[in-house]
Amino acid sequence: MGEDTESSKVNHSFLRDYVTEADVISTVEFNHTGDLLATGDKGGRVVVFQRETVVGHKPKGELDQVGETGESGEYNVYSTFQSHEPDFDYLKSLEIEEKINKIRWLPQQNAAHFLLSTNDKTIKLWKVSERDKQPEGYNLKDEEGRVKDISTVTSLQVPVLRPTDLMVEVRPRRVFSNGHTYHVNSISVNSDGETYLSADDLRINMWHLGITDRSFNIVDIKPANMEELTEVITAAEFHPHHCHLFVYSSSKGSLRLCDMRASALCDRHTKLFEEPEDPGSRSFFSEIVSSVSDVKFSHNGRYLLTRDYLTAKVWDLHMEKGPVETYQVHDYLRTKLCSLYENDCIFDKFECVWNSSDSVIMTGAYNSFFRMFDRETGRGVTLEAWRETSKPRAVLRTRRIYTGGKRRRGDVGVDSLDFTKKILHMAWHPEENIIAIASTNNLYIFQDRVSPDTQDPDLGSNTI
Amino acid sequence: MANMYSKGTKRKFYDSVDAATDNKAALYSRQRQSLLDMSLIKLQLCHMLVEPNMCRSVLIANTVRHIQEEMTHDGSWQLVTEAFGSSGPSDHLVATEVLCRSSALEQQGGGPKLYSVMGYDGCREEEVVTDEALCSVTFSGGAPSLLGTIDHCWDRAELRMAAVEDRVIKDSGSEVESGEGAKTVMGQVFGTFEIKNGAPGSDPALEELFSAVDASYYDLDTMLTSIQSTPKMGPYNLLDSMASSHGPTSNSSCRTDLSELDHIMEIIVGS
Repeated sequence: MGEDTESSKVNHSFLRDYVTEADVISTVEFNHTGDLLATGDKGGRVVVFQRETVVGHKPKGELDQVGETGESGEYNVYSTFQSHEPDFDYLKSLEIEEKINKIRWLPQQNAAHFLLSTNDKTIKLWKVSERDKQPEGYNLKDEEGRVKDISTVTSLQVPVLRPTDLMVEVRPRRVFSNGHTYHVNSISVNSDGETYLSADDLRINMWHLGITDRSFNIVDIKPANMEELTEVITAAEFHPHHCHLFVYSSSKGSLRLCDMRASALCDRHTKLFEEPEDPGSRSFFSEIVSSVSDVKFSHNGRYLLTRDYLTAKVWDLHMEKGPVETYQVHDYLRTKLCSLYENDCIFDKFECVWNSSDSVIMTGAYNSFFRMFDRETGRGVTLEAWRETSKPRAVLRTRRIYTGGKRRRGDVGVDSLDFTKKILHMAWHPEENIIAIASTNNLYIFQDRVSPDTQDPDLGSNTI
Repeated sequence: MANMYSKGTKRKFYDSVDAATDNKAALYSRQRQSLLDMSLIKLQLCHMLVEPNMCRSVLIANTVRHIQEEMTHDGSWQLVTEAFGSSGPSDHLVATEVLCRSSALEQQGGGPKLYSVMGYDGCREEEVVTDEALCSVTFSGGAPSLLGTIDHCWDRAELRMAAVEDRVIKDSGSEVESGEGAKTVMGQVFGTFEIKNGAPGSDPALEELFSAVDASYYDLDTMLTSIQSTPKMGPYNLLDSMASSHGPTSNSSCRTDLSELDHIMEIIVGS
């Protein structure tokens, strides 16, 4: 993390293969302008990247063409801090992992940036601020802060602010602890700018950003008898515009839209989105593969995007009986489910994201592949996030999985897929075609540079 | 001597009729059973130093429940419980015995065959071939053992289980002993399902297993009032609690077994 692009020229291949567990990226999130990109890892660290701004533009060549906004900016490390530490639950004698499960940025209100980060139990609000000026010329203290000898002070001076090197300070502003018995899987900031929700396996709480010792429980699906437990909450999100609406997904593949105006405890959903099961394709793994691993509202607030093990689905908020679009992410795994159950891969939780205009959806897969689907044409493309082929400014090429029929050169066979290289976490810039893909301990940032000569956009890359 | 070659009997697939449908049913039944075994082991071995993933545990438990429902439906569940009698205090580690099948079980016939899903080096390996009914992947004994896919902090548990495996294999010559061992074990796993007379509609068997495995982890209340207040829920503690929560098994019998395992471990490590 934080490695600059220069070092990619040196052959670090033996170091590259060694992955420190703590460096595995566990969450990626752009802020609301897209200038900042935060990543969290298994070691509890957060790294914030900032996009460099280029004033004016000078065309250097086809691949380096600057976009219309005048920013060709690459993302560089802005700040790094330790968000969570490993903890221990003395009552249950179990460790609490410091792994950052989710990061969510608050909308910017002043010069500082605020983000929420959470591990399994505790949510923290961090303030990220810049300091580029320093007061100098105190009367009673010298530059190092030592008290001056009074006899040396002969005249009075007014301290002035002088520019210094940019310093980024990160401070914890709130710690929201003891809100969850089970593991927190989602946090979502409300459009009201004052509250946010946090969801664990069985409950969803609503917090006020300013109050840490209290939270509202808004959903509780814990059965009176734990032995009757058959369903857990897997993800939750507030509606982007309506501060009273939120959605949560379950391990049985259903989505529930809840309206907080209806009642204080939203155990009864306002809308239940469920696709009836196809009796012909029922198997012992049907329920497991239907478990929703991620749910995201579209930017316009009219659709929901969900990801289960084999598909990505788009739902219309006005239609509860089934998704309006279904995209097969890696259907060739359908016949391998038993093997994937054995090695636990079937429980992998893939995220999904919308692009800024809600016309394209993206999600991850195995073998460092990720998929993009154009909603208008229904076509999908497979791309690969891999260091060897991703030199800076290289163009991403599409990949194909060979599932039968005519085999083309470069096709990858299903049996040669590497299931340890999974793309679980990703983010799409809120306004531009820039995507951030996390692959184990690597972060890839791909930027769309639309070339005027060709129809298809190239995707340039910037590996960190 | 002449008699050795006198009657060449054609080997039959099990001793069932050659009808294709019967074979298919038996195959499906075997696959389903191995899936059940795999799921039970995943449930038992799923806890680590950190709390296990609840979503995963719930999904696995639902799969077990689904299989059990189906097996109850076609009557094979009855055969399993009948074959292995009622539960009693068991000296054996449940998970290990579930892993190790004895030849005595196969000879009981009729009921679903129990197959080990794992391959241990130097131990009997089974090749589980699955078809579209479950999936279309063949995973051979050469595949890494399931325990190997579980987190590294299970090294100790793995070694101990391998030790017991060796012991069972050595003892498999004496069918009675291993048969009994397996009987009590399967009885413990499945028989305990019958103990609790749950509310109608709910599944007592699964609840018993599930409550022993999960409730103590995820429910603070249950944890505080749980039968065993072990300071740390390591693998043995879980298995102990399973054994002791059903029937009058005392910890001492389990402990004797553990010291036996320690002894075997020393022999193995020593060599």
